[in-house]
Amino acid sequence: MSVLVGKQTRLLVQGMGKHGTFHAIGCRDYGTAVVGGVTPGKGGTTVEGFPIFDSVAQAVRETGANVSVVFVPPPGAADAIMEAADAGLGLVVCITEGIPTLDMVKAAQFLEGRPTRLIGPNCPGIISPAEKCKVGIMPGHIHLGGKVGVVSRSGTLTYEAVHQLTSLGIGQSTCIGIGGDPIIGTNHTAALKLFNEDPGTEAIVMIGEIGGSAEEEAAAYVRDHVKKPVVGFIAGQTAPPGRRMGHAGAIIAGGKGTADEKMKAMAAAGIHVVKSPADIGAAVAKAIKA
Amino acid sequence: MKIHEYQGKQVLASFGVPVPRGQVAYAVAEAVKEAKELGLPVVVKAQIHAGGRGKGGGVKLARTAEDVESVAKAMLGMTLRTHQTGPEGRVVRRLLIEEAMDLEGAREMYLAIVVDRASGAPVFMASAQGGMDIEEVAAKDPAAILKEVVDPAVGFQPFQARKLAFGLGLPAAVLPKAVAFMQSLYRAFETVDAALLEINPFLLRKDGALLALDAKINFDDNALYRHPDLKELRDFDEEDPLEVEASKFSLNYIKLEGGSVGCMVNGAGLAMATMDIIKLAGSSPANFLDVGGGANAEQIRNAFRILLADPEVRAVLINIFGGILRCDVLAEGVIAAVKELGVKVPVVIRMKGNNEEKGKQMLRDSGLNFMTADGMTEAAQQVVAAAGGAR
Repeated sequence: MSVLVGKQTRLLVQGMGKHGTFHAIGCRDYGTAVVGGVTPGKGGTTVEGFPIFDSVAQAVRETGANVSVVFVPPPGAADAIMEAADAGLGLVVCITEGIPTLDMVKAAQFLEGRPTRLIGPNCPGIISPAEKCKVGIMPGHIHLGGKVGVVSRSGTLTYEAVHQLTSLGIGQSTCIGIGGDPIIGTNHTAALKLFNEDPGTEAIVMIGEIGGSAEEEAAAYVRDHVKKPVVGFIAGQTAPPGRRMGHAGAIIAGGKGTADEKMKAMAAAGIHVVKSPADIGAAVAKAIKA
Repeated sequence: MKIHEYQGKQVLASFGVPVPRGQVAYAVAEAVKEAKELGLPVVVKAQIHAGGRGKGGGVKLARTAEDVESVAKAMLGMTLRTHQTGPEGRVVRRLLIEEAMDLEGAREMYLAIVVDRASGAPVFMASAQGGMDIEEVAAKDPAAILKEVVDPAVGFQPFQARKLAFGLGLPAAVLPKAVAFMQSLYRAFETVDAALLEINPFLLRKDGALLALDAKINFDDNALYRHPDLKELRDFDEEDPLEVEASKFSLNYIKLEGGSVGCMVNGAGLAMATMDIIKLAGSSPANFLDVGGGANAEQIRNAFRILLADPEVRAVLINIFGGILRCDVLAEGVIAAVKELGVKVPVVIRMKGNNEEKGKQMLRDSGLNFMTADGMTEAAQQVVAAAGGAR
């Protein structure tokens, strides 16, 4: 079982440049039903066997697509997200890093009241291994189908955690990369809610990092609503204050958003917090045995 | 991206925000000339990308041209230490020569605009406690900070400005000016794609004038591509030279103080986690370095060069997790870089991807000082030991 993506997913790729095309092939090879690409002005052509459309709306009409993944570069990415929402897609996954924050503020507001859920931006995407459905850039082969949900702000750190789980024979239901930007479509709390309500998810891994207060809010949600075991890790315990650590959202500002605060809040909520990123898999193994 | 106070004031002035008259000076003679043109007395303000300059001795009133000369002479080239610069301080290379304000009977308040993650929108903040450390105010008296969340579709509305003005207890006579002031600030924030705009203090003078006595503007780095004019305001002297060098190659590098283990990682989250595990293994990371998706030979070489330009680095940990990455190609790049640069420090490599075993064998066969590790714990322990043990 899974959340958000699975056998029912019919995927469109917005932005079929070199990057988008490469990953469209990767998703298709993994088993995802990739039904077409969108490049305004290139409608009617075919790239690597994918039919290309001028607009998301046209693509949806002709292919029955229900999910889109956005590879459009930063200047046009927020607009691409809004176009997907306008076309009525239920899920948009935006991989693009570098979107101006005020553009995302507008896009987030545009999405309010519309039936479109956004994941990202600046994220690796989402994958449900048991259903062989991959929407994003993550390496499919490190994943194993199973019952642990993973939610993370990171890309490669998520792969590290997944690799540990798979090595222990612990499979994943769905792995959601929510992205490293300050304004994102789906935060930790929203992802935890999905996992909490998913009968196919029996335990959850929550990976966060410095900056903002999303992990603290998620901890409160766990405390009040989640009975399934949750394992947590926060990256950036050694990060200096005031510096943007790669991700636009990873910055300790005004003394707030430290790893310490997040780890404390999570532990207080009953989350099994590990200090070392290498201990995530082992902590899950222990938590599901208990 | 940060800019200086005088640049922030120039930007605000272009949006109609009243600021004190002033000019930047790079040399003593220039400072004196400008002071005379402005009319004495003037305030001489050190320009660095950090706050707390007043307390650190970086803001001085000068009543005569001779005062300006001696103050400027002392300030230019001085290492200014504030609670925001760290103990090493910052060398002062620019001064703002500004008309002195009559602060008798004046009120100093605080205004700021920042994008609030929780609301997903910009928030306009105000506090009657200006001139103070806003974090202190937030800690001691959070209710003292007024907030108006801006609706992105319509922008900052006059009624919101009035709410803040009434909340600050501004006199009725000043209301229209205060509303206009705040609206200009918001227009500036939105137009320049600021991440933070802070006016501390915002001054209500005895004669009823409103001015921005200080201006701090941080630009959203992601938006700079559409503001080439603002990109020009960057002051490379205010940045660590290695970090500037790294950015030229699209490498995300941040130097950390007192660390002895250099690290090179793909992905910001994994890079932070790698720093963390080095600390847990008993040593200190010397840097954050995200090579991003481009772990190719050229990037590896550039990354090594930058890492090793830091003399404190005694060992290097490479942690690359690539799904489609070919480890033999990565190994090739690392071997070439180490040979070309004559790298002497031990290098621990932990890599995950295709052809892992082949890549590891290549490193072992190279005859160079490489160690390979399978998991992050092993990698961290190896590199800490190689760096000379716990410190």
